[in-house]
Amino acid sequence: MTNFWWIIGGVLFALLNTAAGLIWVERRMLALWQDRYGPNRAGPFGLLVVLADTLKLFFKEDWIPPFADKIVFVFAPAVVMLSVLMSFVVMPFGPHIIVADLNIGLLFFLAMSSLGVYSVVLGGWASNNKYALLGAMRGASQMISYEVFMGLALMGVVVLSGSFNLREIVEAQRTIWFIVPQFLGFLIFLVAGVAETHRLPFDIPEAESELVAGFHSEYSGMKFGMFFIGEYLGITLISGMLVTLYFGGWLGPAFLPPVIWFAIKTFCFILLFILFRASMPRPRYDQLMEYGWKVLFPLSILNLLVTAAIKLWLNT
Amino acid sequence: MMGPAFYIAAAIAVIATVMVITRYNIMHALLYLVVSLLAVAVVLYLYGAPFIAALEVIVYAGAIMVLLIFFVMMLNLGKESAMQEQRWLKPRIWIFPSLLCLVLLGELVFLISQNHQPPSEIKVVDPKAVGMALFGPYMAAVELTGILLMAGIVGAYHLGRQKEKTLHRFLEN
Repeated sequence: MTNFWWIIGGVLFALLNTAAGLIWVERRMLALWQDRYGPNRAGPFGLLVVLADTLKLFFKEDWIPPFADKIVFVFAPAVVMLSVLMSFVVMPFGPHIIVADLNIGLLFFLAMSSLGVYSVVLGGWASNNKYALLGAMRGASQMISYEVFMGLALMGVVVLSGSFNLREIVEAQRTIWFIVPQFLGFLIFLVAGVAETHRLPFDIPEAESELVAGFHSEYSGMKFGMFFIGEYLGITLISGMLVTLYFGGWLGPAFLPPVIWFAIKTFCFILLFILFRASMPRPRYDQLMEYGWKVLFPLSILNLLVTAAIKLWLNT
Repeated sequence: MMGPAFYIAAAIAVIATVMVITRYNIMHALLYLVVSLLAVAVVLYLYGAPFIAALEVIVYAGAIMVLLIFFVMMLNLGKESAMQEQRWLKPRIWIFPSLLCLVLLGELVFLISQNHQPPSEIKVVDPKAVGMALFGPYMAAVELTGILLMAGIVGAYHLGRQKEKTLHRFLEN
């Protein structure tokens, strides 16, 4: 039982520190790819910029607009943190490092990510502001649409491993990582994951050049901080999921412990997310939706169909 | 462990549902409905149906309710609509629904008092069993539901389709 609490505490500690550390990592990496220095003054390599940012967020005036729906306004940022942190419950960080070894692990992840939509929708609605409302509308339709392909893309992995349990999915990749037989599924999941965390290039719910800051225009102080950290946690979550489902999770050569393998692989994907932001332009809103429904949706169904057919053919 | 968890979840479901009916602000009512659905998902999980519980969260709480909230959001109902609701929901309105509910409650109490069934064995139904049932004995029902949804999609497409119309002085088609 004590072991159990250690795992929860350790996972929370690692995740929150990763999310905070990503503030620095993202700014430094963006700077590197755009040929400048980035934050390099406070502390070694500018690492203390994390502390400065956090202090700033805590001491800013926590303002609730008089025209906002107060309860929902306060509640919305909590939803994003809650839903993302709950998703980590089913993630296997190592052979025995998993908070809840649920039989429906993958479905639980999908359920939590579909609840995450509420933070965007409610935040935008409660702000009672036109820009925020536009951002929330975009966010809602984008996340609902991309959830569909996300779920369908994941079903390929479920067909191959024959389980919704994430630990068993990792175990099933001992012979070959699912990136090889499920390359198309991996690509669809990657795109859907970027859209789900509304990161650039799919950050149209908060497109700052059109909508001020989109759904969180009215948020300040630590409430904004929750959205901010929630986004970084979302990146970590999608990266971790990509690793678990397609890159063998904690599997790896024995000279490093499994947790370290998991961390290294996840970190590579986090860097990929940052590289996306550094290098890609933002599509128009209707282009995003069309791309989703007209390209990704048929592709994900085709992927599932072919995977299931091959699996059946090999079994008989 | 199971008992208290069930009663807490069930109580939350009941309270949230009552709140759905009595709220004047439609957005708050919808949020209580989400809470109620989540509570029902917990109850289902406790009864050994984790698959249905997950689907309840994904489909009802995560997709259908988001769509409802999405539409309400676009209607931009402010204080006026809450006032209107308040005017409509007079105590007199409650009499007939309450009577109907009382009849149902009486029936329920009667049925419970009639035969004391021992609580059936709680058995975990895994996703595979659900799939086998759906695509085995209940195949026809699944297909019919699919056709129903198809009809809905075709209808929505038909209603939503409109002629390409360019509103410009020089470009008319």
